[in-house]
Amino acid sequence: MAGAAARLAPNPRSASRFEANVATRDPGLVKVVVLAIGLTFFAVFLLMPLVAVFAEALRKGWGTYLAALIEPDALAAIRLTLLAAAIAVPLNLIFGVAAAWAITKFDFPGKQFLITLIDLPFSVSPVVAGLIYVLIFGAQGWFGQWLFAHDYKIIFAVPGIVLATVFVTFPFIARELIPLMQAQGRDEEEAAITLGASGWQAFWYVTLPNVKWALLYGVILCNARAMGEFGAVSVVSGHIRGETNTMPLHVEILYNEYQFAAAFAVASLLALLALVTLAIKSYIEWRAGVAAQVEIGS
Amino acid sequence: MSIEVRNISKTFGAFKALDDVTLSLPKGELIALLGPSGCGKTTLLRIIAGLEHADSGSITLSGRDATSKTVRERHVGFVFQHYALFRHMSVFENVAFGLRVKPRAQRPNENVIREKVMRLLDLVQLAWVADRFPSQLSGGQRQRIALARALAVEPEVLLLDEPFGALDAKVRKELRRWLRRLHDELHISSVFVTHDQEEALEVADRVVLMNKGHVEQIGSPWEIYNQPATSFAYSFIGNVNAFRGRVEGGNLRVGNDLLAHGSQELADGTSVIGYARPHDTHILPEFAGQDGIVARVNRILTNGAVSRVELIATGECRKDAPEYFEVEISPAEIASLGLEAGKRVRLASHKLALFNDTTQGRIQ
Repeated sequence: MAGAAARLAPNPRSASRFEANVATRDPGLVKVVVLAIGLTFFAVFLLMPLVAVFAEALRKGWGTYLAALIEPDALAAIRLTLLAAAIAVPLNLIFGVAAAWAITKFDFPGKQFLITLIDLPFSVSPVVAGLIYVLIFGAQGWFGQWLFAHDYKIIFAVPGIVLATVFVTFPFIARELIPLMQAQGRDEEEAAITLGASGWQAFWYVTLPNVKWALLYGVILCNARAMGEFGAVSVVSGHIRGETNTMPLHVEILYNEYQFAAAFAVASLLALLALVTLAIKSYIEWRAGVAAQVEIGS
Repeated sequence: MSIEVRNISKTFGAFKALDDVTLSLPKGELIALLGPSGCGKTTLLRIIAGLEHADSGSITLSGRDATSKTVRERHVGFVFQHYALFRHMSVFENVAFGLRVKPRAQRPNENVIREKVMRLLDLVQLAWVADRFPSQLSGGQRQRIALARALAVEPEVLLLDEPFGALDAKVRKELRRWLRRLHDELHISSVFVTHDQEEALEVADRVVLMNKGHVEQIGSPWEIYNQPATSFAYSFIGNVNAFRGRVEGGNLRVGNDLLAHGSQELADGTSVIGYARPHDTHILPEFAGQDGIVARVNRILTNGAVSRVELIATGECRKDAPEYFEVEISPAEIASLGLEAGKRVRLASHKLALFNDTTQGRIQ
C-alpha cells in the first residue's frame, strides 16, 4: 500500500541523503565555513554563559553553594516561584484549552479579535504588563482605594505576582493548540457526536487524546516561563525579601549586593530548570514526531 | 425510518445553499442526493443529521418532528467523506466507541461489546485489522471501518456524505457494489450524497437530483436517465448535445441553420433549447438539403463497437467560442459517410427533447 511505498522512498528531508548525492552536495569549504560560524555562535552565546553560571556558582565550593540555596530568603523565593507557577500553569491550561476549543470548533463573531488578543502578552513588554496591574490594583489605581479599605493586598503581595505570571504566560498553551486543532478540523468531533457522545465525552475521548503532545509541550513552555519571568513580576513585587521575591528577583538582589556566588547559585537552579525543560521538550517532540510518522505512514 | 424534509432553507452569508426544499424519502430505500458541487446536497444531509441548523423548515424522522432535536437524539449514522476515524484509537476501539459512550444504564458489558464489534468487522470483511490503527489502513478499508462504526449504534437511518469521494476509481467501483449488497442485506434506510451520476444511477433505488439549492427531479435511476424533467436534468445526466435557438414553424432556427423539432403546436419565436443524446444524433452529408446544424469533424475516436465523433459547430452563431458536439455511430457508418477530420457535415436528431429557454420547463 501507499505506506510501504512511503517507507521505501528516501526521506526528502534527510540531510544524509542530500549529502550523499553528488548533484546536491555543497563544496567542502562551504560546509566548513557554515559549520564554523554556527558552532562558534553556539559556543560563545549559549554554551559559555551556561558553563559560567555553574562555574561561578561553585567557585567557592559546594558548602557556599548549598548555604546560598537553603538560606531562608532563598527558600522563600523558591517557594514563591513554585507557588506562582503552580497557580499560573493550571489556570492557563484551562484558559488555553477553552480558548483553543472555542476558536477551532465554533464560529462566532469576534473570533479573529480573540486570536489577536491571545497574542497580546507576547507583543507587549512584560514591564508594561506589570504596570497595567499596578494601575488597576495599586494604591493610586482604579480599585486601589476599595482594596485598601477592605484590607486586600494585591500589588506588592503574592496575588499580584500570580496575576502578572498568569498574564505573561497566557499565550503559551493556546498558541500550541490552535494551529494543531485547526489542522485537525471538526470531523472527528462530529463523528463522535453522531455516535451518541456528549460534548464532554467528545472532548475527553476524542479531542484531548489528539492534542495531548501539543498540550504537554505548551505546559512545559508555560511552566518554564512562569518560573523564569522577571519583568512583569518585578514591577508588581515590591522586592520584599522573604515575602515577595521570586527566584529571578532574588538573583538580582543578591547580585546587586555583590554576593556573586550566592546569586549564581540561585541562578544555577533556574538554569537547571531550563535544561530539564529542554530535555522534556525534546522528548515530547520526539514522541510527537513518532506519533506523526504513524499518522503519515498510511 | 422515513425522512420528511419540509420547506428547508439555509443561507451561508450571501450564499443560498438550500432554497425551500421539500422531500419525502420512504423507509428502507437507498437514496442518492445527486448534483454538482455547491448545489446544497451535503448541507441538506448535514441538516437531516442535525450537524447543521436550517434557517427555516422542518425535519421529520419516522413521523416525529426532529427539527429541534440534538444529533444524539436523532439516531442517525453518519459516514464522512474523509472517514473521520479516531486516529488515536485502534480499529476495534473506533467501532466500539458508540457503545462505550452510551449512558451507564444502556451500556452493554465488555463481552457484548466485543462480540458486536467483531460481528460488524466481519460484516465489512475487516476483522483481521481490529488491532491496527486507522493510519495503517487504505482509504477503502478506512471507509468500511467508518461504516461499521456508524452501524454499531444501530441507527435508524444511515447518512453518507460523498462516501467514496476520496477513493480512486477502481476502489470506488468495488465499494459501491459492496454498499449496494450491504444495503440489500440490512435494509437500513440510507441516503448518500454524490456528485458522480454514474455512482448515483448504479447504486441507488431512488435519485434526488439537486441544483442550486433546490430539487430538480426525484425518480428511479431509469426515470432520471430516460425522462429528465428539466433542462438541467437533461444536461447534467449523461452526455448530451445542446442546440439553442428559436422556433420557426416545424423547425428550430439555430443561427443560420434549421433543425426539425418534430413538434406540432409550438408558437413561432419561442426561445428553446433542444437536447439530444450522442446516440440519438445523426450525421448527414453536408449537401443533403437545408436541414441540420452545420459542423466540422474534429476527431474520431474508435474504441470498441461504437465510435465517437467529436464535432465543432461552424454556424454563424458560434463565432466566439467553439461549441462541441458528440455523436456515437458505428464504424461502418463512418466509412459509408467517408468521415475524416476537417470534413463538413450536418447534424440532426429524430429524438429532440425541447425545453423552454426562459422558464426551463419541458415542452416536448
